[in-house]
Amino acid sequence: MLILTCPYCGIAAEETELAPGGEAHLKRSGPGSSDQAFEDYLFARTNPKGVHFERWRHVYGCGRWFLAARCTATLEVFGTYPAQTPAPPEDILQKIRARRPGWERPA
Amino acid sequence: MRRYSVFAIAREALRWHQGWERAWASPEPRARYDAIIVGAGGHGLATAYYLGKNHGITNVAVIEKGWLGGGNTGRNTTIIRSNYLQDPSAAIYEKARALYESLSQELNYNVMFSPRGLLMLAQTHHEVRGYLRTVHANALQGVQTEFIGPDRVRQLVPIIRLDGPRYPVLGALYQARGGTARHDAVAWGYARACSAMGMHILQNCPVTGVRSEGGRVTGVDTARGFIGCDKLGIVVAGHSGQLAEMAGFRLPVEAVALQALVSEPVKPCMDVVVMANTVHGYMSQSDKGEMVIGGGTDGFNNFTQRGSHQHIEETLRALIETFPMLSRLKMLRQWGGIVDMTGDRSPIIGKTPLGNCFINCGWGTGGFKAIPGSGWAMAELMARGEPGPLAAAFSLDRFREGRFIDESVAAGVAH
Repeated sequence: MLILTCPYCGIAAEETELAPGGEAHLKRSGPGSSDQAFEDYLFARTNPKGVHFERWRHVYGCGRWFLAARCTATLEVFGTYPAQTPAPPEDILQKIRARRPGWERPA
Repeated sequence: MRRYSVFAIAREALRWHQGWERAWASPEPRARYDAIIVGAGGHGLATAYYLGKNHGITNVAVIEKGWLGGGNTGRNTTIIRSNYLQDPSAAIYEKARALYESLSQELNYNVMFSPRGLLMLAQTHHEVRGYLRTVHANALQGVQTEFIGPDRVRQLVPIIRLDGPRYPVLGALYQARGGTARHDAVAWGYARACSAMGMHILQNCPVTGVRSEGGRVTGVDTARGFIGCDKLGIVVAGHSGQLAEMAGFRLPVEAVALQALVSEPVKPCMDVVVMANTVHGYMSQSDKGEMVIGGGTDGFNNFTQRGSHQHIEETLRALIETFPMLSRLKMLRQWGGIVDMTGDRSPIIGKTPLGNCFINCGWGTGGFKAIPGSGWAMAELMARGEPGPLAAAFSLDRFREGRFIDESVAAGVAH
């Protein structure tokens, strides 16, 4: 079972306590954006077989949104961080690079 | 190809079954083909078959990283139906269902199509209204379905409990010609027919790159070297995003795990397929007697071909209310597949930003039923370079243009 540590309450929460919320760090598009920008924002996803940054909600706990770095091929979790973080924090990136030499965050 | 027949069985019985030939060849790859299809699952093999049969293109290779039919074609719950709400969906799924009716004769391979009837239970008033709407839509689309009341449900499914405490059965959307088929045999049958037309099926041959020149595809790099082609079809289900990346474009697709499980075999007790969408479960009985049970997907991106245990528990917990006999059954095995989900839960069959490269993906949780229709439409697209009437609505650009074929609303989970 997938276990993620909630960065707010510090609880190692099991998957049943959490709700997945899809890819993190999406660039939001607003009124006046092109159709292409809207398509990218609403539908295009990185969908990597490997390191994935994603949104989760601690539904049956503190109820707050947070972000996680996880490998979709092995379910290995590299770390979690608060939802207000605009880009993956350096300590998480270092952990990922240590475990996945040569990995680079896709543009 | 020597045809299978009662005479063939008699002939072979007399010579100790020494004369059966291999169902398909394992040839060395040629330097180039008119068309290459990546993915030898049901959809890929069906595409190759109809390329040869309908369009006369037989210089074709189907390239597979594992063994043919070893992905989602070998991992589904084998359900076939076409009771969809939206017109483009009903058209392609009904085409597939109609082709399944005569597929065994056409391929000279028993795919064990069993039009045993399929019920989608209405367990809330909202669902009753929804299915009544679907029945009317199906009448206009030429898909034969009807809405039946609880008494008729009881007749068709004696083991059902109609008056469950949470979700009583209020009726069902019934498609009498829906049913099941033998999933492996569909892949094997198409593979044998493709091989007989001289096509090459290259197994254990992962594609590692897509080469192009001047915006047009020129071939693929594989574990067995570069193979050139005029046209490329990507038909790989779970790994569509990875292939698209090799070809230099992105897809509105996410990969998630979907699970199914079977019980220990029991005596025949249910000769129809029952889907209960409110509680996220569906069930049929296999010819071996196992109850074949499917549930919902995990909500997070996953390439591991195994799902979360609590989803099995959820599915069974919900189904036990409607089928109390399940509580005494031991579950025998469980498995998972990687399905690619699109934003509107409908597939993508269309051209891609790379010239002469076509894609067929996004079948989500319901690809098996569509195999013949999907292959038919994809072959037409690859042969003519433009989508035919079946594929036109499923193009990749519909997400930009907002032309959704929204089956996520119409079908919920079991779609």
